Amino acid sequence: MRAVDLARTAVANTFRSKLRTTLTVLALFVGAFTLTITTALGAGVSNYIETQVNSFAADDVLLVQAKTDLTAAAESDGPAEWDPDTSTSSSSQAGGAPLAGAQAEPLTDDDLDAIAAIDGISGIDPVRSVSTDWVSTDSSAKFEFSVNPQSAVTVADLEAGEQLNHSSNDLQVVLPNDYLDALEFDTADDAVGTQITIGMTDITGETHELTAEVVGVSRSSLFASGAGANNALVTELASLRTAGIEGADENSVIAIAYLESGLSAEQIDQVTSDLNEAGLSAQTIEDQLGIVTTVIAGITGVLNAFAIVALIAAAFGIVNTLLMSVQERTREIGLMKAMGMGSSRIFALFSLEAVTIGVIGSLIGVGAAILVGSGLSTALAAGPLADLEGLSLFLFEPASLVGVVLLISAIAFVSGALPASRAARQRPIESLRYE
Amino acid sequence: MAVDDPHPSAPPPALEAVGLSKHYGSGASRFDALSDVSLSIRAGECVAIVGKSGSGKSTLMHLLAVLDEPSQGEVRIHGTDARSLSARALNRLRNREFGFVFQQFFLNAQQSVLENVTLPLTIAGQRRGARRARALEVLGTLDLAEKASAKAVTLSGGQKQRTVIARALAGNPSVIFADEPTGNLDSATGAIVEELLFTLNREKGITLVIVTHDDELAARCDRQVVLRDGRIVSDSAAPVLEGVAR
Repeated sequence: MRAVDLARTAVANTFRSKLRTTLTVLALFVGAFTLTITTALGAGVSNYIETQVNSFAADDVLLVQAKTDLTAAAESDGPAEWDPDTSTSSSSQAGGAPLAGAQAEPLTDDDLDAIAAIDGISGIDPVRSVSTDWVSTDSSAKFEFSVNPQSAVTVADLEAGEQLNHSSNDLQVVLPNDYLDALEFDTADDAVGTQITIGMTDITGETHELTAEVVGVSRSSLFASGAGANNALVTELASLRTAGIEGADENSVIAIAYLESGLSAEQIDQVTSDLNEAGLSAQTIEDQLGIVTTVIAGITGVLNAFAIVALIAAAFGIVNTLLMSVQERTREIGLMKAMGMGSSRIFALFSLEAVTIGVIGSLIGVGAAILVGSGLSTALAAGPLADLEGLSLFLFEPASLVGVVLLISAIAFVSGALPASRAARQRPIESLRYE
Repeated sequence: MAVDDPHPSAPPPALEAVGLSKHYGSGASRFDALSDVSLSIRAGECVAIVGKSGSGKSTLMHLLAVLDEPSQGEVRIHGTDARSLSARALNRLRNREFGFVFQQFFLNAQQSVLENVTLPLTIAGQRRGARRARALEVLGTLDLAEKASAKAVTLSGGQKQRTVIARALAGNPSVIFADEPTGNLDSATGAIVEELLFTLNREKGITLVIVTHDDELAARCDRQVVLRDGRIVSDSAAPVLEGVAR
């Protein structure tokens, strides 16, 4: 029997018992649908996180802070007693630094010197706390405003304009796009190049105003909140804050250590362990965000496991369906063998029937998943998840779709092997006997 | 036997059984379906294998058609020992040389007459166009051309059996094995089917091996081989052959 006839016969046989085939296909459909949806969900969320993480220039910087004694905190029964020598005010966190450790000690000047002395570190920048009160344009009202103190290490996800120039002496900001309406800009492009006024209060209570140029407009991001400011602006804000009072500048809790370019992973590890010996902890930004991706991967993994369980159940459905089919078609198999059809061809015929069921089930499942997923993505993006820009919750990658279809076809083929080999082993004579 | 063949230059018999035995099970439950059966069927002969139910006539037919393997003895097809042939060669042999007609038709009810008739050609690996043409040709000779696209389930008994014969003929076989070909038919339709088979035998020289317990049908054959309890009790051709040998 020619391959094309074999395939044609297999497909025709699949539809001979429509109800049974439909039920088996349904079982596979559930598996295919779940697997596709969860894979797409994982891919969508991971892709979003990755885009967000990539918005940090994470390759050549380490975030350094003093080691926190987490065990001591965990063992204590309540809040630690205040000690004027060691305790710091939590207000040092003002300005919202989501990457900073919870309650780390500030870095001393000695610490900074120690960091700078370590091989492989080309420079060190303490992250200065800056606090701003409001922002406005000539025509607009004043709106609350905060600057992300880590903008020196981040690369904004820009909607318009360009990145901050940290070596420029001009005061530059990258404005989050949710300020556009408030500041009466029609589009992001309109905002680029304009001057905005930033208001702040120094430690003596006196207010200051300064103007900065909007060089870019950023999309909202999971990890970087607030506006971006270049080094010149951060320095200006920090010095205004101290109001010229010596020593009023709080020590930074976190510092950015710039790695020499071209370090290998081992060399970076060496730098990290050197910092550890100096009583400091160092992390790449990816390290800090690793936990998020791990959680996402875990959730996707669990969901996929459910899908696989559904597929295993469906596999038994295929075995059952085909066994019944072999049973019913004993005579037919016997006849075909009597007419000279080889055992391998009989095996191929029944295996192909299994694969046909698998392909139908997986295609329908994948198709439905794409429809539902795309619909959900659109609905969620317009509603509850509107704030997470650039997030498409379900990302259907062609490779993984093909993968799902192939996987399910393979499962179907394996499930079909037992019934198919039973059919192939049948002796024509047993099948044709009727006396 | 072949050794005693008085005409050494004559072609070997189409089918030959030498000391065939077939038993099922072993020990106390052993059942001898066939014991030491020897038989030689010339090409173009029409042979009826007659016997009661359980006499081993179907078993003999299955062994002659290499659908089953004997416990002892050998089957020769055109002089070739079937045991010397590979599984593939046996499949090919059955596909090209043999046609089968069964009492219970074994048609695929949901398929069209044409699809049923093309089955052996499909198995042989013929192309679609070629096998359709051949099947329509055969159906035409059996007055079934207008039923070609009808589903097998819609046919009457006689039409079904003629379809089965068309299927058996499609591959242009040299031997047709018919197992109770009229067993499921009323006498009028049965007569038509019988006539069809004998015409094929007479006009196309197709060897007919008919298994039946119908004495009338058997009587119309050239030769009757009667089986009882797995042994040949009479073979109408045997005395003639012996007479010639003497």
